[in-house]
Amino acid sequence: MNLVAEGIAWIFDPANYAGPQGWIVRLVEQLLYTFGATAIAAVIAVPLGYLVGHTGRGRDLAVSLSGGFRALPSLGVLILLGLGLGIGFRAPLLTFVIIAIPPILAGAYAGFESIDRKTIDAARAVGMTEWQVITQVEIPLGLPLLIGGVRSSLLQVVATATLAAYVSGGALGVFIFEAFATSNYPEALGASILVTALALALEGIFALVQKLVVPRGVVAKELKEVRPRSSRPLAVAGVPAQEGK
Amino acid sequence: MIEFRSVTKQFPDGTVAVENFDLVIPPRKTTVLVGSSGCGKTTLLRMINRMIDPTSGAILIDGEDTSSLEPVKLRRRIGYVMQNSGLLPHRKVIDNVATVPVLNGVAKRDARAHALELLDTVGLDRSLADKYPRQLSGGQQQRVGVARGLAADPNILLMDEPFGAVDPIVRAELQQETIRLQEGLGKTVVFVTHDIDEAFLLGHQVVILQKGGHIAQVGTPAEILAEPADDFVASFVGADKGKRKLRIEKVGGRDIVVDEAGTPTGVLQS
Ligand SMILES: Nc1ncnc2c1ncn2[C@@H]1O[C@H](COP(=O)(O)OP(=O)(O)OP(=O)(O)O)[C@@H](O)[C@H]1O
Ligand SMILES: [Mg+2]
Repeated sequence: MNLVAEGIAWIFDPANYAGPQGWIVRLVEQLLYTFGATAIAAVIAVPLGYLVGHTGRGRDLAVSLSGGFRALPSLGVLILLGLGLGIGFRAPLLTFVIIAIPPILAGAYAGFESIDRKTIDAARAVGMTEWQVITQVEIPLGLPLLIGGVRSSLLQVVATATLAAYVSGGALGVFIFEAFATSNYPEALGASILVTALALALEGIFALVQKLVVPRGVVAKELKEVRPRSSRPLAVAGVPAQEGK
Repeated sequence: MIEFRSVTKQFPDGTVAVENFDLVIPPRKTTVLVGSSGCGKTTLLRMINRMIDPTSGAILIDGEDTSSLEPVKLRRRIGYVMQNSGLLPHRKVIDNVATVPVLNGVAKRDARAHALELLDTVGLDRSLADKYPRQLSGGQQQRVGVARGLAADPNILLMDEPFGAVDPIVRAELQQETIRLQEGLGKTVVFVTHDIDEAFLLGHQVVILQKGGHIAQVGTPAEILAEPADDFVASFVGADKGKRKLRIEKVGGRDIVVDEAGTPTGVLQS
């Protein structure tokens, strides 16, 4: 029998999906890591990114920070944190938070930076307070890029969450580690298919969400993955510092 | 009345944009600041609503020193219209117009109802109310910008090259509209342009500026044309150019006005 069919058969075998050790529970764990880590990362990175994007200060720091975070090898971090925090869910969760921060941080500040300076200047000139400029202009107009960042974080974490099993943190990786230890290839394949399907489903849902949050009236920009070192010129470049804040 | 009292603005990078500027802007009239690029027009305009604070000197509105006023509150009672309209792209036309009244705490429904009326005022069809700015032409966007500037019924309207980016025909229309609005509503309009023809058309008082916000001449268009203060003004207003050198020729018993090149520009009425 071919291996893919065996993998699929593994997935649909009740002995494999039901019960506290079944893949449904593991999949939920995978999702909990994904959304939990992304949510925690968002709580940290969004305000920080907004601060950087609004003031234009600390941009270099934010760029190198997120670039540096991105360069960290996930497994290395996981093992290191596992040594400190012990086995269980804490080390993986923290690792995934670290993975999730850079894209969200970049999305938040790039979203603000992408806004036409004239629009912001006009908002101020008609009498918006700084807070109103942030909440009524910068946040809605920056949302598409922020959601793009959140999307990349989710996708990275959903794939990486498989590593949690390395420190007995559960999730779908359990099957993969187990399968390699016992040379059970259908199981390895079945679990890999599940991880892939989950990532694709998330990607699909998020592509949709991203479309929905583009403020109407704004031409949907090409929503490339937000990079820490943007090659495009800074939105503020060449515009004299605005007074009258 | 707006008064500039020896106002100087030096930017942090050392540029002195405006130096020792004195001017009285009379109420309920249009004052046009005109001059070539970089002479400090925008800087002067933005000091009125405190988007820029002067380095020294004072600006008074109806005798009140603006430096003692809260900038946000001040801006909400001064209309501001800029080139490229500066509309919020994610808000419908109607909500763009209603921006300032809503900021001032007017109920959204009332502000929108008033905004609809303002679309009439600036000559826009009400059917545009639910469109987004980018669905409008440049000229329509400028009209929305003017409507927004008028929404809180300010006494003062600041306009910074508002018609710089529209084609000549629409531009002429918008200029006429501005004259009509100013006369009808009795606003104090401060208008910035580098087009001397526009300045003469709109301005009751025209201020010709040189670099650093130095005033070359202040006066009515007629005064400036009749007696240019110096060669700079004469050349700036084009008094030495053919277009403004008109003479009369008799054709078939009528007085025809022709320019220097002999092109007829009109008939002299007795
Ligand atoms: N924020 C700033 N920082 C430094 N220099 C500035 C700043 N804003 C304006 N300037 C300088 O001040 C001078 C006057 O600028 P301003 O914008 O007032 O000119 P303007 O008359 O409006 O010109 P334009 O017709 O091109 O709009 C220019 O030399 C300009 O480069
Ligand atoms: Mg200017």
